Amino acid sequence: MATLQISTSPHIHTPRTTRKIMLDVLIALAPAAIAGTIIFGLRSLLVIAACVISTVGSEYVFNLIMKRKQTIGDLSAAVTGLLLALNLPANVPVWQAVVGGIFAIIVVKCLFGGIGKNLVNPAITARVFMLVSFASCSVSAFPVADAVSTATPLVAAGAGNMPSILTLFLGTHGGAIGETCVLALLLGGIYLIVRGVITWHLPVVYVAAVFLFTFLLNGFDAANALSMVLSGGLMLGAIFMATDYVTSPSTAAGKAIFGVGAAVITVMIRFWGTYPEGTSFAILMMNILTPYIDSWTSHKLFGGAKA
Amino acid sequence: MAFSLHGVHVPHRKHTAGMDAVRMDAPKTVTIPMSMHIGKPATPVVKVGDMVCVGTLIAEQSGFVSAPIHSSVSGKVTKLTEILTYGGTTVPAIQIESDGLMTPDPALAPKEIGSADELIDAMRDCGLVGLGGAGFPTYVKYKVEKEKIQELVVNGAECEPYITSDSYTMEKRSEDIALALELMEKHLGIKKIIIGIESNKAKSIESMQALAAKDSNVQVKVLPAMYPQGGEKVLIYHTTGKSVPLGKLPIDVGCIVANVTSLAVLGQYVRTGMPLVEKCVTVDGAAVHEPKNVIAPIGTSMDDLFAFCGGLDSEPAKVLYGGPMMGISVPDTASPVLKTTNAVLALNKKEAALPETTPCIRCGTCTNTCPFGMAPASILKAYEKKDFEALDKLKVDLCMECGCCSYVCPASQPLTQTNRLAKAALKEYKAKEEKK
Repeated sequence: MATLQISTSPHIHTPRTTRKIMLDVLIALAPAAIAGTIIFGLRSLLVIAACVISTVGSEYVFNLIMKRKQTIGDLSAAVTGLLLALNLPANVPVWQAVVGGIFAIIVVKCLFGGIGKNLVNPAITARVFMLVSFASCSVSAFPVADAVSTATPLVAAGAGNMPSILTLFLGTHGGAIGETCVLALLLGGIYLIVRGVITWHLPVVYVAAVFLFTFLLNGFDAANALSMVLSGGLMLGAIFMATDYVTSPSTAAGKAIFGVGAAVITVMIRFWGTYPEGTSFAILMMNILTPYIDSWTSHKLFGGAKA
Repeated sequence: MAFSLHGVHVPHRKHTAGMDAVRMDAPKTVTIPMSMHIGKPATPVVKVGDMVCVGTLIAEQSGFVSAPIHSSVSGKVTKLTEILTYGGTTVPAIQIESDGLMTPDPALAPKEIGSADELIDAMRDCGLVGLGGAGFPTYVKYKVEKEKIQELVVNGAECEPYITSDSYTMEKRSEDIALALELMEKHLGIKKIIIGIESNKAKSIESMQALAAKDSNVQVKVLPAMYPQGGEKVLIYHTTGKSVPLGKLPIDVGCIVANVTSLAVLGQYVRTGMPLVEKCVTVDGAAVHEPKNVIAPIGTSMDDLFAFCGGLDSEPAKVLYGGPMMGISVPDTASPVLKTTNAVLALNKKEAALPETTPCIRCGTCTNTCPFGMAPASILKAYEKKDFEALDKLKVDLCMECGCCSYVCPASQPLTQTNRLAKAALKEYKAKEEKK
């Protein structure tokens, strides 16, 4: 008789794995990537390829040099690459996209210990890094001149030249590859919720709070507040970046706090900051607060035990 | 009730559901361990060469927390031996060679129960231990706490995958269950009995509802088929709405929990005098040729069980006592059926395969799945750092080891397994601290 395996229970496991979760995220991002390619042209694909190859490639090389187990199979580097690309304008120089991808993986992720150990979201941090490093990138990412995507909301609203709600919803205006088409982003978000990859708490609270704060600060104009919610990187950030497991709170209460906090920072930057858009900075700051939020919002234990 | 506790929808795999149980022929030999319960092992009262019948006392209770053991076959005692338990320790065992006749002990006679003490004595004398899996001598909890019992929660949840032996008991042995309940109401003054059953067991629910229709103190509560519905604290919460605090027992909130099969054994003992000598065991798993519910004498080897089920189709990768969520893997298929055995599973390679552990991605699924709201990923980190203060703060002692966290973890981290180690390590640490 062959030797029997001995192990302690449980002896069965869900088919869900990290790789399958990441695959779901890639699937959920596909509509936004396709919409971006249709809106901004085939160069979008070049940017996406540059980012994904650089993120996956740098993780591969890092593991190789450090003699670590290869982790690119978990697809998280691919997710980072795709997310980064969707946050960049289609005309970004390829070398800049590659630098961004390498920064995201090597500096933000691998140096902190790899998947699960990073303090902040790699894609969003790389976006911020590019924003402050490459002036060209920043300007093209936020085409303030045409005031469509992310002009300082008060200015745009005051001038009365916000694009129509439908234009914002379909994303046929300037901006980063994957951030403009709200329809595609919502489809992806719904897919993630249905598949149980994310819960509604964080994105819904975040977006609703941005709406509310804009509404309150901007003369109780619901139509304008809706435009603000549909423009800039908010939807992409709220659905795909803020919900990154590693850098967002675990509990529903924690996610809600994260959402409100991110909304406050987003709106503050949009209204009073030097940068036209605040989503990336807001998520980055809330990433840093996540361990604290987690410790404030741990579950109440059954039977009244105090953790 | 404010809300339902979390849990997981495990695959049911109840292939034997609705099957009648089949009584197997007497095995050639049975090996009955002296420790099939929590507490001191029983003391053998037979010697090699003694002739015994089914139901003959072969080992007596030794101490308050212990249980007597009876022969499960008729025949001759051939060996007083020691066997290796799944825990890695050895335990005395009595080997009996069956004469194949299964002659009941002529001294066995129905019991007259006229008082609470007589009922509790009956629980003790029939060798009853918690058949839900805990194996705690049943009579002890009634003896110590009988004045405090307000509600009896009957566990018919059977939330583990594969297992259907409790369902069989509910469907086919409701008269014995009814008799046990009646005696408890009469002598222990229990006025409220709630039978909790998962919604995926329509026939069991029907049978127990028929029982409840005849007894106004009994009600059936149909519960969502959500593992671990049959966990003691989970079941109490979902049937009575009461929360058993950390470190307390059900009786501290006026509840006592009895497994349906434990009740049936008690009922049968009072009715016929036959103590706990056989079990309905779900024999399943992909390696088993023909999964069945088998009524087997206690002490029957797993090999004999498998042979009765048409043998094994493939080399099993893992063999379990109990279900896949909380069951115990054994090193050897010669392991005997115990009092607490409700299933024996032979998993093939594919069923037993577990995904490789990858880094924690802090998805929070473990803490959002834990029925008690614990934070298994944090416990694992604290345990790796041997941070006992953190483990204490995280209340690792609350863990019932249901397995949900490990089951759901997409990184396949050993969460339940670590909780188990952490509980033991914390206990040791606290004992050392106290000595200081």
